[in-house]
Amino acid sequence: MRKGRYIARTMLFALAAVFAVGFLLPTVLTVTNSFMTQSEIDANYGMIFRDARGAGNRGYVADSVNLKIIPDRVSFSQYATALFRSPEYLLKFWNSVILVVPIVVGQVGVAAFASYSFSRYQGRLKNLLFFSYIILMLMPHQVTMVPNFLVAEWTGLLNTRWAIIFPGTFAPFSVFLLTKFMRRIPTSLIEAAKLDGANEWKVFTGICLPQCRSALYSIAILVFIDYWNMVELPIILLPDSEMQPMSVYLATINASEVGVAFAVAVVYMIPPLLLFLHGEEALVEGIAHSGSVKG
Amino acid sequence: MKARSFMGRFSMRSRDQVNGMIWLAPSAIGVAVFYILPFLVIVYYSMIDNPISRNFVFFDNFVALFQNMAFRIAAANTLRFSLTAVPLAVLLALLLALLLEARIPLKSQLRTFFLSPLMVPIASVVLIWQVLFHFDGAINELLAIFGVDRIDWLQSEHNQLVVISLFLWKNLGYNMILFMAALSNIPKDLLEVADVEGAGPIYKLISVKLRYLSPTLLFVTILSLINSFKVFREAYLLAGDYPYGGLYMLQHFMNNIFRSLDYQRLASAAVTMAIAMVVIIAVLFTIENRFGKDVEG
Repeated sequence: MRKGRYIARTMLFALAAVFAVGFLLPTVLTVTNSFMTQSEIDANYGMIFRDARGAGNRGYVADSVNLKIIPDRVSFSQYATALFRSPEYLLKFWNSVILVVPIVVGQVGVAAFASYSFSRYQGRLKNLLFFSYIILMLMPHQVTMVPNFLVAEWTGLLNTRWAIIFPGTFAPFSVFLLTKFMRRIPTSLIEAAKLDGANEWKVFTGICLPQCRSALYSIAILVFIDYWNMVELPIILLPDSEMQPMSVYLATINASEVGVAFAVAVVYMIPPLLLFLHGEEALVEGIAHSGSVKG
Repeated sequence: MKARSFMGRFSMRSRDQVNGMIWLAPSAIGVAVFYILPFLVIVYYSMIDNPISRNFVFFDNFVALFQNMAFRIAAANTLRFSLTAVPLAVLLALLLALLLEARIPLKSQLRTFFLSPLMVPIASVVLIWQVLFHFDGAINELLAIFGVDRIDWLQSEHNQLVVISLFLWKNLGYNMILFMAALSNIPKDLLEVADVEGAGPIYKLISVKLRYLSPTLLFVTILSLINSFKVFREAYLLAGDYPYGGLYMLQHFMNNIFRSLDYQRLASAAVTMAIAMVVIIAVLFTIENRFGKDVEG
């Protein structure tokens, strides 16, 4: 009996491990490939992009597409190109930062106030409003982008960064999630503070925000990851390629300089990866609490 | 005295209301200005002939939309994709969660692995997918070992499968966490009672666990559905603006009308999708209410 259980568990573990490695593989490949030289990349993947670049003048190209995990020779030349030789990559990187950071700060900040209101005061109008936030949150991009686009056009913000930053700041996701966290703060804590003469602002800054610290962190990570990888919004709201973030630009590098694209992708992964490794527990908790639309 | 306390309570309540509104104002105004009010304008736009003459044509725009071949293809493709990808995303995530909950070693490390796709910019993974699914690529070589003929994954009807695999890779981890959280919330004594009464693992799964999971199942389904509408991102990066056959999604259609600035078509498409989404969510909620009724009471 015991032994059978042990074997079953080992097999389950093996199954999970195989899946997990499969999940990690694309990421690992991206990283290892970023350390290959351009000629090694060309030799392995040249087939795919031959049409895009025109065949002929590019040395040896293998007849098949080889999936290579370990580079023949570790080289940092792709990183040198990505970081120092051509300024456009750094520019696109910076574009991402100045789009995403204001959205994260704005959305979490606005949500902190709104969630405080939703969690502290109930009322029929409030409930209706919260319900409409949920509906809005559940709408796909295709629906919400049209209002965003129209407002941007009317106000002349189209093709400026504000066309993305404003709608991002007021997107309802953070409000929804943070309200669920704030509702779990015991009312006795707030009542006690009120008896001690604390005003609303004191209750907010002294009790609510500290109690929700890990929630705020996990929401910030989720919002950051979401916008760091955005593609649809910039294509429509910010068509000027000069201002587009790296997440869109990466796709255009793919066709022309595959090797550099890997290095750029790895650099681009670093900020979300650091946030993830640092805040994984908070993040998992945050995701777990986003798990119910009801109550 | 009585009157005063009534007045006091009344003013207290209305003060609370006002106070609550002040806290809410930034968000509510922003949501109204950037989402809700313009959406009302879109509803209006969807029923007039053009923004200058503004004649009411009621449902003409919708009729025209449904007769548009590009819209039909895009809607059919998106529907086909969602009907395959969403059930897979829910089911596989549930299986993964059950697997990780089965007290296996290195649970948290494995969890990290499954979550890792969340971090990776999709554009860079698309490269890997192109390598894997290329006509001369690794997947075809693997299939050749089993004697399967090479398949041109990206330039044929099979390209939806490629995007489905990418979609699952990207989304399973998040869904899995949701299920794991829900599984750990099932009261332990309930499962023990089931054990004592001699319930088998399958019976336990269906009659106890799934009932408790039903709100999460609902949420994961809705979430996966929304994400399946976002899959344009992957399709666009894999195959560009005008992909082969099955990858022409609703978002491609929308992008093309955004470029031509056909307001009526844009508006009627957005309203149609919003209505469809509300209907789908309502149906899912109703199903969940019926199935999960016993638990919530």
